[in-house]
Amino acid sequence: MSEALLIVAHGSHLNPRSSAPAQDHADTIRSAGAFGEVREAYWKEEPSLRNALRTVTADEVYVVPLFVSEGYFTEEVIPRELRLDFDAADWDSNGTSADFVTCAPADVNKTVHYCGPVGTHDAMTDVIVRRAETVTGDPDVGAGAALAVVGHGTKRNENSAKAIQYHADRVRSRGRFDEVRALFMDEPPEIDDVTDHFESDDIVVVPLFIADGYHTQEDIPADMGIAADGGYAVPTRLDGHDIWYAGAIGTEALLADVILERAADAGAGVAPDRTHAAAGGD
Amino acid sequence: MPTPTPVDALREAAADGVDFDGLRVTREGDDFRLAVPDASYAALSPDEFADAAREHRAYAENWLFWHGHAPQANDAWAFLRWVERAADLSVPERYERLGDGLTREWGQVAVTARLTDDGRRRYDLRHADEVGADPDALSTYADPHEARRLRKFDDDGDYRPLSTAPTLRHGWAFADLDPAAAVRAVEDFYPATIANWHREREGTLDVTHWHEAVSRQTGIYGVVQTWDRGEGHEHVNWVAEACCDDSQCCKRREWEYDDETPLDVPGGDGVFPCREPCSLVVATARTWTRMEAEQSHTYAFDLTPSEKAQIEEIIDAVADGRIDDIRAGDTSDGANRFRARFLRAKLFDDGNLCGVPTEGEGT
Repeated sequence: MSEALLIVAHGSHLNPRSSAPAQDHADTIRSAGAFGEVREAYWKEEPSLRNALRTVTADEVYVVPLFVSEGYFTEEVIPRELRLDFDAADWDSNGTSADFVTCAPADVNKTVHYCGPVGTHDAMTDVIVRRAETVTGDPDVGAGAALAVVGHGTKRNENSAKAIQYHADRVRSRGRFDEVRALFMDEPPEIDDVTDHFESDDIVVVPLFIADGYHTQEDIPADMGIAADGGYAVPTRLDGHDIWYAGAIGTEALLADVILERAADAGAGVAPDRTHAAAGGD
Repeated sequence: MPTPTPVDALREAAADGVDFDGLRVTREGDDFRLAVPDASYAALSPDEFADAAREHRAYAENWLFWHGHAPQANDAWAFLRWVERAADLSVPERYERLGDGLTREWGQVAVTARLTDDGRRRYDLRHADEVGADPDALSTYADPHEARRLRKFDDDGDYRPLSTAPTLRHGWAFADLDPAAAVRAVEDFYPATIANWHREREGTLDVTHWHEAVSRQTGIYGVVQTWDRGEGHEHVNWVAEACCDDSQCCKRREWEYDDETPLDVPGGDGVFPCREPCSLVVATARTWTRMEAEQSHTYAFDLTPSEKAQIEEIIDAVADGRIDDIRAGDTSDGANRFRARFLRAKLFDDGNLCGVPTEGEGT
């Protein structure tokens, strides 16, 4: 039985970089040979979610949303536009525990394994830590350093914050960083006062966003007060701390592995040695 | 695994019968029959069958290519057949023309099929404007997935949110692609177009009309439903005229107001169909929904006839995207920048045309 991976992302009418993570991770997975067929689909770009499944040849399709949290997009927009017989209750999720549901789409004769978003997968915690290592250039970063996991936050959907808090708690429980906190753009505790939340000299800031765009490149640096000349320095000295700002986590190469983990959890015949081939860039 | 020769493969397939592109082959007991449009052979021994198949090698190779080497997905197969005009040209005619390369245009992408020495096909893709260009003047790509990145920007480096906008950049070429890679590259330039085109040919294209498409909008797009008040569909004609014209999109609009209410504006001449309002149309309609909720005011302006005509020319120039074509020295064009700046200098007061405020009484 042939299998395909369909990576579903938001995309943008305005920002060409919005779809870059989905494209890059699709290329990584394809070149690692983990899936014979790898496709992308977007809410705002093409192929649209509405037309996506008909671009897939395989009979079994693993759909992995390249989204940070469960909520409006993963529970309503994506299944509706893919024409899946999906009910959010089928996920039986507490807001961060969606795994997968097997569905029959209305417009094509295929079996769709609709997975939870990459952002809430346990493996995402490793990506956050990896991102901290990458941005500091220190593979042992942790002791004497603080980690801020940053989310958008919204009063409209409590799951948005849950995903951020979930990973912050998981990193904290490992005891690697001296301090770990979840901070937000649009709800307290806010990223604006980042140095108020930590005592450590070094503060690593990892935004749990998929694409580098207006929020991660302009809003958050401006909110923190590290924006300068249309960009930001890494690190930036701020109120006696060094701020190591990592940019959107969605661009981290290791995220390709999280996508594959999602598909494997749903039963995809992903060769085990393939799942970790992706991150090595080989 | 060794590749079977066309003759071997055809002999193997004879037991089930072959009837394809003018070639007919059957087997009855130990005897083979072979027929092409201008020749027919019966009671052939295996060796005689091989001789006959070699005599009509083009037919045998053509059959093997389409059944052994071309992608067997129905839509991809149909597309590649369309590229070489298989429905219109006989095998000898096609082979004659495929030797030099047979080109068809899919939107702004020109796909050229060529015959190889062993009867297979290889494909070149270029911008339709550059079919005859010097290859050294083009950047050549081998990985079909690179088309996804090429489609993102136009010649000026501006982002193209609509892949099927007729603004595909120039200067690239895909050379010597195998059949599956050719299909992949075309689909990466124009996503889902082959699938929907094929559905249309099969009579199974699932069109979602305007009314149904806006009815399912939620979240920030839910407001679009309020602009669909069942009081006629003139507003949808305006949307289609604005967005779905050949000058703006290579797709051919197949969606109407609803099942029973066609729109008054043409759907365009594109090769591939558009089966529902796209995300750009819905997002744009969201803007219009808010604007159309406003009440009209009567404003009084004093303009010379030339000034009124000039405002109309400016709107036309922006709507038709010809601003960049207006020469700086051509002051006969109402949308000339100096003319527009003069109009602003003379008529604007605090940003208001003729000093008439936009808000307030405005009469």
